[in-house]
Amino acid sequence: MSKALAQAMYEEMERDPNIVVLGEEVGAQGGTYGVTAGLFEKFGKDRVRDTPISEGVIVGAAVGAAMNGLRPVAEIMGINFAFLAMDQIVNHAAKIHSMFGGQFKCPLVVRTTSGGGKQLAATHSQTPDVIFAHFPGLKVVAPSTPAEAKALLKASIRSDDPVFFIEHSTMYSERGEVSDDPNFLLPIGKSDIKRKGKDVTIVTYSKMVSVSLKAAAELEKEGIEVEIIDLRSLRPLDLDPVFESFKKTNRAVIVEEGWKTFGIGSEVATRIYEECFDYLDAPIERVAQKEVPLPYSAELERAAIPQVKDVIAAVKKVL
Amino acid sequence: MTKEDYLELYKQMVIIRLIEEKCEELYQKSKIGGFMHLYIGQEAISARKPQDNVITAYRDHGIAIACGMDPKPLMAEMLGKVTGCCKGKGGSMHLADINLRFWGGHAIVGAHLALATGLAWADKQKGSDGVTLCFFGDGASNIGYFHESLNLAAVWKLPVLFICENNHYGMWTPVEDASAVTDIRKKALGYDIPSDVCDGMDLLAVRKASEKAIAHIRSGKGPFFLEVMTYRYRGHSMGDQRPYRTADEIKEWQTKDPIGKFEPVMMKKGITKEQIESIHAESAKVVEEAVRFAEESPFPPMEELYTDIYVENQ
Repeated sequence: MSKALAQAMYEEMERDPNIVVLGEEVGAQGGTYGVTAGLFEKFGKDRVRDTPISEGVIVGAAVGAAMNGLRPVAEIMGINFAFLAMDQIVNHAAKIHSMFGGQFKCPLVVRTTSGGGKQLAATHSQTPDVIFAHFPGLKVVAPSTPAEAKALLKASIRSDDPVFFIEHSTMYSERGEVSDDPNFLLPIGKSDIKRKGKDVTIVTYSKMVSVSLKAAAELEKEGIEVEIIDLRSLRPLDLDPVFESFKKTNRAVIVEEGWKTFGIGSEVATRIYEECFDYLDAPIERVAQKEVPLPYSAELERAAIPQVKDVIAAVKKVL
Repeated sequence: MTKEDYLELYKQMVIIRLIEEKCEELYQKSKIGGFMHLYIGQEAISARKPQDNVITAYRDHGIAIACGMDPKPLMAEMLGKVTGCCKGKGGSMHLADINLRFWGGHAIVGAHLALATGLAWADKQKGSDGVTLCFFGDGASNIGYFHESLNLAAVWKLPVLFICENNHYGMWTPVEDASAVTDIRKKALGYDIPSDVCDGMDLLAVRKASEKAIAHIRSGKGPFFLEVMTYRYRGHSMGDQRPYRTADEIKEWQTKDPIGKFEPVMMKKGITKEQIESIHAESAKVVEEAVRFAEESPFPPMEELYTDIYVENQ
């Protein structure tokens, strides 16, 4: 997947000279996760800029540059460090267009990596994606496959609005076919049905799509047909396909890697209750991270993060 | 500078003063809401060219006028009207005009220093010789953004003029209680950014120092730091009547008033008392018309609630 993301930036930078990349180690070193590999060699140091370890000014400079005509793609090494740039993301990027009456545009992408599972302990393993989805004015995208990562990153770069683009830290080595067509984009704010099924609707996104698909394969052996909807973006949140699916299955499980309290499951479940109350056959189940800071020790970490068996158990509970 | 330059700059100062006095009155009548921070006493003038950018904090009315903003959309914004410079969505602390390259008043202390580095970076990238003038108060020099931004501007040799309007108080706290150094420009030394200081109550001194600083930056040498020693006659924001300053201190600064102090200088240049008086009369009229325009303008229609959230349709 890291190559797919690099290709997206490469193709877009070839197309538009106003696109610039900045972040810690994104230049000659090619990025901590290798996502900017090859860009420095092709586009040079003026367009692919290493920054000091200064998250506030990385995003701040990117916002200012976006207001003044560039289209920056800023890399924040991990979503945990994005909290240091939170003010720029939510008080500036998300509000510059509206607060000044539409005068300024902020065509900015902030790329970052989220998620646990690598034994990095509590401050380096969080999945706080939902926090960023709270703010009108910001778009939040989180792909689940290499092909979609490429097409959604390209769409994010071409968007005139600020996009917070979340890559899962354990997915960079995922393999998959990607489109060679430099104009193949996926629209931001459209959910996708990843698997058809008639018994239970699973709503999920990012890494948890593959976990849910594995659970679905197991359940199929028992004759249970699960439908899986990948949200792909958390804001705008496209729930129409979810409602449509729920009206057919009358049962839903929401799977997310982040914590349950005030999580994506809370929002999606409420919206299903509001829109589809008459179609409800069982209380909606939420599969999410245990309410603890993630521990370092591998077994403990695994126990806290949703696994295939947790999804299977939740599906069986709603049936 | 010619006699005409003197007259123009003087008029700008008078208009700023009158606008601020009028805003104070309208705020007291509850026609202006929210937080409001007046510029009276700090009518410093920039010496910029049209391609240059200006960005500032929330004490932004005076700088908006100095950038060439028409008092009408300014006053309309204060009153929350749809004819305001930001369609009534920004208010006192968030004036802006993209056509004047005035990139806003910003109200998160220090955050706009980071934006300034980006404005300057974009200019540099596009090959423009524009300079970004970034105004902020002494209080902003204690926040992380200040240090991150000065460092990045120095490392990337960005064309930014950091202008610290040192009015001696961050909200109600005197500089010496909040900052390890009271000469704020000393902080620029840590980033190897050259600096200067000038008397912010003296229009010509500010003009001279900023011209020199801008010339330095335009020659490609990277950022510059200018500390302007000034004073706000009013409180930090409206309703601030806290006793953290003495009446004597305020009076003493008022004897150095930038408008009053400039009048004898103008007279020496051959400008008559009548000319000065007519500037006051003209300026009063301009402000009066701006208030009438703002009062007569409509509030934003309810549909405006959902416009400009995103550029692209949802």
